[in-house]
Amino acid sequence: MATKLGKQTYQPDNPPFIISTGTVAGPFEGQGPLKDYFDHVYTDTLAGERSFENAEKEMMANACFTCLQKVNVTPQEVDFYLAGDLLNQIISAGFCALELNIPFLGIYGACSTSAEGLALAAMLVDGGFAKLVLASTSSHNSSAERQYRYPTEYGVHRKPTAQWTVTGAGAALVAGYGAGPRITTFTVGKVVDQGIKDPMNLGAAMAPAAAATMVQHFADTGRGPEYYDLIVTGDLGKFGRELAVITCASKGGFDLSKNYNDCGLMIYDTEKQDVHAGASGCASSALVVYGYLYRKMLAGELKKILLVATGALHSVTSFQQGASIPAIAHAVSIEME
Amino acid sequence: MSRDPKKKPLTVEQKRYTELVSELVPKPQYGKNALLAFLFGGLVCVIGQLFTDIYRLAFGMSSTEAGNPAVATMILVGSLLTGLGLFDKIARYAGAGLVVPVTGFANSVVASALEFKREGLVFGVGSKMFMLAGSVITFGVVTAFIIGLIYAIFIL
Amino acid sequence: MEWQTYLLAFIIGGAICVVAQLILDFTNLSPGHVLSGLVVAGGVLGGLGLYDKLVQLAGAGATMPISSFGNALVKGAIMEAEKNGVIGVLTGMFELTSTGITAAIIFGFLTAVVFNPKG
Repeated sequence: MATKLGKQTYQPDNPPFIISTGTVAGPFEGQGPLKDYFDHVYTDTLAGERSFENAEKEMMANACFTCLQKVNVTPQEVDFYLAGDLLNQIISAGFCALELNIPFLGIYGACSTSAEGLALAAMLVDGGFAKLVLASTSSHNSSAERQYRYPTEYGVHRKPTAQWTVTGAGAALVAGYGAGPRITTFTVGKVVDQGIKDPMNLGAAMAPAAAATMVQHFADTGRGPEYYDLIVTGDLGKFGRELAVITCASKGGFDLSKNYNDCGLMIYDTEKQDVHAGASGCASSALVVYGYLYRKMLAGELKKILLVATGALHSVTSFQQGASIPAIAHAVSIEME
Repeated sequence: MSRDPKKKPLTVEQKRYTELVSELVPKPQYGKNALLAFLFGGLVCVIGQLFTDIYRLAFGMSSTEAGNPAVATMILVGSLLTGLGLFDKIARYAGAGLVVPVTGFANSVVASALEFKREGLVFGVGSKMFMLAGSVITFGVVTAFIIGLIYAIFIL
Repeated sequence: MEWQTYLLAFIIGGAICVVAQLILDFTNLSPGHVLSGLVVAGGVLGGLGLYDKLVQLAGAGATMPISSFGNALVKGAIMEAEKNGVIGVLTGMFELTSTGITAAIIFGFLTAVVFNPKG
């Protein structure tokens, strides 16, 4: 069982292990600086499928099977499959679960789904409900674009705050035994709405949620930012990152300037790749953490990281009806012994 | 307090934050965007003028008559650029310069039709085609109807 | 085919696009809002008889931008209204804009059949 720290943070008594991860990326992500850390890079955004939605499901399934194969685990051995994505009714996750044939719990936290999945997997494993839990998430630039914004071929000027949805998928296998980085604490966030209405500026909408969860995490655990080798938020982008630093300083007095970065700024070469403010999408944090940071931890280059995945919980309908954009962030601390 | 989300007032904290955001977030490059829109928009219109003159001279039409095939030709060009996946790439720079001329109207129709092709010819292509262009037609017709009515009742 | 026509087409056409671009950049309005607004503006100018003057001056500089669609709708409605009164507003509405709409539907349909979205 777990110990509750403060108000929103939990510490598993027997911290579960992330024994394997699987990451697949689209061609554009495969041109970015982290390309060598992904298990598979597709040469075609359709991934050989008929539609972008099918391609996203194929990527999610590929990430899951890759993750399982690396540690020779069959889907039959896995107790739960937790997954979510950005598409309406989380169809990528549902259709992928059909292929995996593992008992499935669908989750939705928009782009915070990676951390939500890890936190829930840790709960299931530490609570004794499961030995092996597979958590995955995906996003696809073209399927997200048509759902949230415009048809992909529609000619629009993108604003400097616009972000680029990552094409790819990431999966992590969480177990009560084994070796690898361990989920030592997790902080479940509250939904925050700071009145931002511009869906082309999601970083600004999500930054207060990230800051609130980080401040709460530090207060609950008694740790400061310096405890971690690296703190990463999911997909705040260039301006969201700055806003998170400012808000963390003003709300909690924490200095994030030294060891804090944003996955949305790590996955692309923001100088050469035309992505405006950076990356967004569920796969942004999944690819960076499960691909790049996980390997850095296995190699011993990073010991303690804090993943703060952020999600914007609006829909096209809520935006068109004039509602501002609510956001959430969940924090998961991952440590290597 | 109003339940309409559009009218919901911002709290003091929300107001402070939105002010911080507007200070921090860079403004679009107004001058550069306007210049590009001017150059591309002007260029599209010059090409349109060229087609008008070609039809006028080749088929002996009046300038007004030649306007129709010229518009149709520009729509064809906009459609082809969209189908080839080039329109959105040019429009990233050209902005309104490519969107405001009739090429943009063609793009909004073709992009929608193309995007929803996988949902079938009826529900996808057929019904989604005017997803974006529909409002242009609706507001145009409503305006023209009101003006036409005023004209028919009061001026005639 | 005089060069002045081309110069004016360039300047007036470009200027209409600049107005739209500035509205897009200075406000949070979507392209859909701005284009609808331009059509309404074109219609109102057409109703006042001003848009045709602009067309005479700038040629394609005024007929290519979407505002000319509003003007053409109004002109069609008024032309038929002169013959058939109120009923003419209904019958004449699409008289002059038929080319644009038909071309967009036909080319849109054919493009969708031939091409696939590139993403």
